[in-house]
Parts: sequence; C-alpha cells; structure tokens
Amino acid sequence: MIGAFLCAAVAGATGNFWLGLLAGIAAAAAAGALIEIVVIRRLYDRDHLDQVLATFALILILSEGVRMVFGPFPLYLNVPDMFRGTVNLGIVDYSVYRLALIGFGIAVALGLWALIAKTRLGIRIRAGESDREMIAALGVNIRALYTVVFALGAALAGLAGALVGAIQSVQVGMGEPVLILAFVVIVIGGIGSIKGAMVGALLVGVIDTMGRFLLPRFFALFLDTSQAMGVGAALASMLIYLLMALILIFRPKGLFPAHG
Amino acid sequence: MDNARREWALNAVLALALFAVPAWAWVANEPFIITLATRVAILAIAAVGLNIALGLGGLVSFGHALYLGIGGYVAGIAAQHAFNGTPVLGLPGTNQMLPIWAIAMLVSGAVAAVVGALSLRTSGIFFIMITLAFAQMGFFFALSWPAYGGEDGLPIFMRNHFPGLNTNRPWDLFVIAYGVLMVALVLFALLRAARFGAALMAIRQNPDRAAAIGISPFGIRLTAFILSGMLTGLAGAMMADLTRFVSPAMMAWTMSGELIVIIILGGVGRLFGPVAGAAILVGFEVFFGGLTEHWKLWLGLVLLAVVLFARGGLVGLVAGRARHG
Amino acid sequence: MADVVLELRGMCRSFGALTATDDVSLTLQRGEVHALIGPNGAGKSTLMGLISGKIAPDAGNVWLAGRDITGLSVAQRARLGLARSFQVSSLIAEYSALRNVMLALQARQGHSYRFLRPVALDRGLQGQAREILARVGLAPRASVEAAFLGHGERRLLEIAMALALSPQCFLLDEPMAGLGVEGTAQLVTFLHTLKHDAPILLVEHDMDAVFRLADRISVLVYGRIIATGTVDEIRANPAVRTAYLGEEAAP
Repeated sequence: MIGAFLCAAVAGATGNFWLGLLAGIAAAAAAGALIEIVVIRRLYDRDHLDQVLATFALILILSEGVRMVFGPFPLYLNVPDMFRGTVNLGIVDYSVYRLALIGFGIAVALGLWALIAKTRLGIRIRAGESDREMIAALGVNIRALYTVVFALGAALAGLAGALVGAIQSVQVGMGEPVLILAFVVIVIGGIGSIKGAMVGALLVGVIDTMGRFLLPRFFALFLDTSQAMGVGAALASMLIYLLMALILIFRPKGLFPAHG
Repeated sequence: MDNARREWALNAVLALALFAVPAWAWVANEPFIITLATRVAILAIAAVGLNIALGLGGLVSFGHALYLGIGGYVAGIAAQHAFNGTPVLGLPGTNQMLPIWAIAMLVSGAVAAVVGALSLRTSGIFFIMITLAFAQMGFFFALSWPAYGGEDGLPIFMRNHFPGLNTNRPWDLFVIAYGVLMVALVLFALLRAARFGAALMAIRQNPDRAAAIGISPFGIRLTAFILSGMLTGLAGAMMADLTRFVSPAMMAWTMSGELIVIIILGGVGRLFGPVAGAAILVGFEVFFGGLTEHWKLWLGLVLLAVVLFARGGLVGLVAGRARHG
Repeated sequence: MADVVLELRGMCRSFGALTATDDVSLTLQRGEVHALIGPNGAGKSTLMGLISGKIAPDAGNVWLAGRDITGLSVAQRARLGLARSFQVSSLIAEYSALRNVMLALQARQGHSYRFLRPVALDRGLQGQAREILARVGLAPRASVEAAFLGHGERRLLEIAMALALSPQCFLLDEPMAGLGVEGTAQLVTFLHTLKHDAPILLVEHDMDAVFRLADRISVLVYGRIIATGTVDEIRANPAVRTAYLGEEAAP
C-alpha cells in the first residue's frame, strides 16, 4: 500500500511511471526495515497471539497514517505509454499492461527462487529459518539478516501495490483484502515454503477467478439474473476461505509444510 | 496490598463505575452516555465469551465475530418475522428477548461445535487462520443473502421486549445488559475455578502433560470453544437490539480483531479483563474520535505498546501476574 | 500369566529408512522394576512413545492388564492406568505443586467436566494431593509454582503426578537425569518402595542406579532387544558386553 501511494505521488510529481515504481519499492523496503527493527524484532520469541495483534495494530496505524498524509480520496496512476493499448491473443484482445504484469509476476517468482536457492543470502535465510541459534553461533548476524528479509518482503509487496495501482485506484484500505489474501495463500501453501506460496497463489487466484466467473452463471440457471449475480458473487468470495478451511482440515500444516 | 486483593479492588471499582456512570447519566438525563455504557457492557459480554476460549484455553480465535453476527441475525430475523407476522422455519417470529437469547445461544453453540471440531485439528497460526476463514465465510454469506438485507443489513423496527421492563428506555436496556454481564462474569469465575477450568488452563500450558494424566485435550477445548461461542452469540443478539440494526459488518474480520483487542487491553484470562478492555475501547472511540478522525491510529499505537511492553493489560498493570494458587 | 501387567508383542516402527523399533516384545510383571537400557539412539524414546500412545506402531500390540490398548490415545491409556514421567520435566508451569497433583487426581477420577464447583473448596482432593506430596517429600513446597521449583523437585513432582493416577504400572523416562549423587540415591530408595504400588518400566542412563534397582533388564540396540535377564545375567552376557557395556562400562 505504501508502495502504491508513493508510486502514485512520485509518478504524479515527475510524470514518470518508472521513477514512481522505484520510489514505491524503496519506500516499502525502508518502511519494512523500520517496522522490523522497531516492532517485529521483539516478537520472534512471542506467541502467535502477540504476533497477530501486532499485525492488527500495524494495519490500524499504517492505514490511518496514510489517510492522514494523503487524505481519504483515491489517487489514480497512469499506465506507462509503452504498455498502453491491447494486444490480440487470437481469442480475445488483452491489455498489454496486464500481460506485462503476468510477465513481471513470473520474473519475480523466478528471481526469488534463484535468490533463495542459489545465493549466499538465500542459504543464510534458509538456515536461519530452520535453526536460528545455530546460524547465530556460526557468526551470521541473524538480526540484520531478518531485517533484510523483512525489507525484501515489504519491497515485493510495495512492487505489487504499485503495479496494481495502475489497474485499480490507489486508496486507503487497498492493502487489507490483499493482506488477508496473502495470509490465505501462505497458510494454504504451508508457512515458510516458497513453493507452497506459489502453488497457493495460483490455487487461490484460479479458484477465486473461476468462482467469480462460473458461480453467477450457475445460479442463473435457477434464479433470476440480478439475484444470481449477487448470490454467485458473494459465494465466490467465500470460496477461497472454504478452500483454506478444507486444506487445513486435511493438511493441518498446509500443503507443503516447511519442516519435516 | 497483595496482588489478589488489588485485583478484587479493581474489579469492584470497575463493576461499580460501570453502574454508577450511567446511573448518574440517568439522573442527569444524558441518554447518550447510558447507551455508551450499554455498549460497553454488551461488548464486555462478547469478550467474556472469547475470554473462555482465548484466555483460559489459549485458543486464539480470530473469528469470534461470526458468533456475534449469528446472534445478531437471530435477533434481527426473529424480530422481522414477528413484525411481519410470517413464520420462519415453520415457527412464528418472536419479539421477546428471552427466547431470542436462547435461540441465539443454541445456534451459535451449534456453529461453534462444527467450527471448533474442524479447527481444533490444527494449532498455532493455522488455528488462527482457519477460524478467520470460517468467519469470512459467514461474512460473505450474510453479504450475499438478499432475503435478510444482504449488504444493506437488516433493521429491527421495534426493539424486542423484556418482561417487566421497557426496552425503549435506555436505562432499562442498560440494566438488562449489566445484569447479563454480571451473570456472565459469575459463570466465568465459577468455570475458571472448577475442575473444568483447571483442566482447560492446564491444557493451554502443557497439552502433552494433560494427555499423559488422562485428560483428552480435544474434548475439553471443544467444550470451551462451544461455551465461548454461545456467550458471544448472546452478546450479538443484545448488540442487535441496542443498535436496532444487523449487518454483515458484525462478522467482519476487524470485529474479530476488536474482540481480541478488548481482551488484550483489559488482561488475558482475567475475570474483569473484558470489562476493562471494552471500557477502554469505547472510551477511546468516543474521546479520541471526538478530537480527531484518526483515532484508530492512536488505538493502533496503544495496542502495539500493550503487546510489546504491558502484556497483562490493564488488570495486569494494576494487579501483577495472574496466580492460580 | 496373571502377573503380567504390561506386555509388548512384536512392536515395529520405522521412520523412513530408519527402523527405530524392530520387533520388540517384552513384559512387565507385578512387583518388579524392569529397566530398559541401551546406547544413545537405540530407540528408547521411540519405544516409550509407542507404549504411551504418542507414536503409532507399524505393527505389533500393547497389552495393559490383559487388554489390548494399541488403538487407544495417550489420554485413554492414562485413564486405564498407564502413568508416565517425562525425560525432560513436563509440568503445568503456572500451577503450584499441589495444583499439579490435584489435576492428576481429578483426571484419575474422570471428572473434568464439572463446571461450577470450585476446586479450591474440594477438601477431599486437596487432602489426597497433600498426602501424595508428603510421600515424595515435597510437602513443604506444596504452594510453590512448578516453574519455580528446583530441578530435583520437579523430577519428584513428575513422580508424584504419576503416583496420583494410582496406575497399573509406571513408565519412568530417565527419572534420575541431572539429579546428582545424593538425589539419585534418595530416588533409588524411593523407587524400591514404589514398585510395590505398581511395577515400573524404567528407562535410565545411570548404570549404577539401574543395577541397584532393576529386577530384570532388557538391552535395546538399534531398535532390537538383544538380551533380557537379571542384573547378573546381563552383566555376564557376551553379546551385551560387546554391543553396549564394552563401549562405556567395561569392568
């Protein structure tokens, strides 16, 4: 969300989408690092209740903070010129920008996988995940490491926010549904598993979209159209939660548990 | 004064203050303040309910707004059918609070039994998320159910009745809420001190040990979860009558968060924690909400401070760490 | 044999390629201390888990007092009279020693679904709990929270909780761990009397204590029992000497 706002602000000020994007990512990373150092760092040893509550508190603070700075009115981001227009995919015309987003998503996923699997930083992150004390004893600065990881996560979220900003309007609260969705994705995939997060994201995305597309048409078979749209749409919103509940009932630690 | 005595003193002060302030407002003819106190009492009942699962059992339900909403919709639906004179599920509607409460508790208890039985297979963060998932399902279901208002919500045209009192008078409604809160607190205290509470709190601290002496964690936890859902459902029915309006927002995940916040601010597992927490939350809303439209920012900061530095909440601050003797 | 209280028949359990328990059969008879020894990684913890019900076997059965308890949960087994202590003290940290024992007594009586009567007013439960604490020598520390008890005191409280279950048999997992010479000697004396309440299956590293206490010893190596016998038989057994005693306790 911070990413989206700064991107919009800077892009609006400079007229350049890419500058805005960079500023958005940088700001999100900086905010992530700051929050990690001030708050999250104290919570690693606490129970889940404290962690969830701190998250809840941060959502309140950040939402209201952004509202204070930018006001309650939505901002709009313009899609950069090179991605304007549509492209003919044979069956349908598709927005270039959305196509570029898909490419971006794949690139980020590959990059992240490479980072975790191939680089020194990745090795340290994975080691820190499985045994914090051991890796600390080996002389790795675990605190700095976690700050970096958190900033990285925030930067990615900022990137996502900025990119989405060009499709939707940028407004306070845009982060909340995404936050819950991200939780759902991670929980379905199994906490701490990159592979799980990707599978979870695909699953959630596909089911959500299919649900939204198919369910209203399904209900239209025996309800009148406007009613069917309403019932179908809301039931479609329930679907991903139903999916999460079902997965947790049968796989209580998610699809790809990180340890063991 | 030792900690136990200080806690009882604080409890007495809270109980008296919650009665004295609206009593003064009644005399001074300030119905708004009476309504606020009623809101505190009802939120406190909901939080006492959650406190059974969360405080005693360590079950962090991030979906208790579901039961609040169920209670609310039971009240709203019963009242609507009573108003229209149409039957619901073959039964006539009712505008009497007592049967509505009973139904609200039965329905939320039944839902809690299903949700609990499924959710208790998981633990930790997964339990938090699966309870959230069920509440979100309820939220979107209510949103999509056009028969009872859908996203517009369901108004209650006439407040439901309570024998011997005029529920349209704020003071009478407050007395009802206060009375129910006191009964709920007494039940909570008894539950905590009884064998059931001993087993439940033991399971929170060390489920393996509890199993090794022959106490099955699942059954005890499920029972606690059901009781917890029932009490929160009752509060939902009362909340609906206070605002004379039910909407899906009662089941929103932020509402679940607020219920947890109440307990944290007041003191987890403490008898009067929910009362203190509800008073703080409503107070915050009113005072800071009057000063600045950004009161939630300050609430967030206070919550963060409590989580980081004052883990016992208000009761913990005054009376120190809880002791179980 | 009417005297057999606990019996394992052909228990097997593997984790992936590792066979942690390989066709283990053993009996625990009335009035005896049966010690289970073996080098680190021999599968003692897995075997304890199999008996207590925490781990499900791939094959084999557990019988308690003539009843097949293989399919039962940890709590169900405990209610039938299988009392265990943990290798690392596992208590209800915020409860006093007295409340810990009362909880075990309450579990034994099977009445955890009582909602309204305060435990603190239950004189019968309190009196029994105090007697048990006195028996293990913890009476003066009854009101101290478990988290604040010393290491040795926690080991004793573990045993007091097992005792409160009036079990058919005791399953003690390294009760002497970290006790020191004096503490171990006291506990050995106490266990000598305890075995008349119910037989004890004892997993223990302290060989001196085992040789002083045990009526029979089973030696577990790589998941298999390679020998069972009296102290003298085990001392004299050549297979045991090479596989186990030879490494750390050669005479």
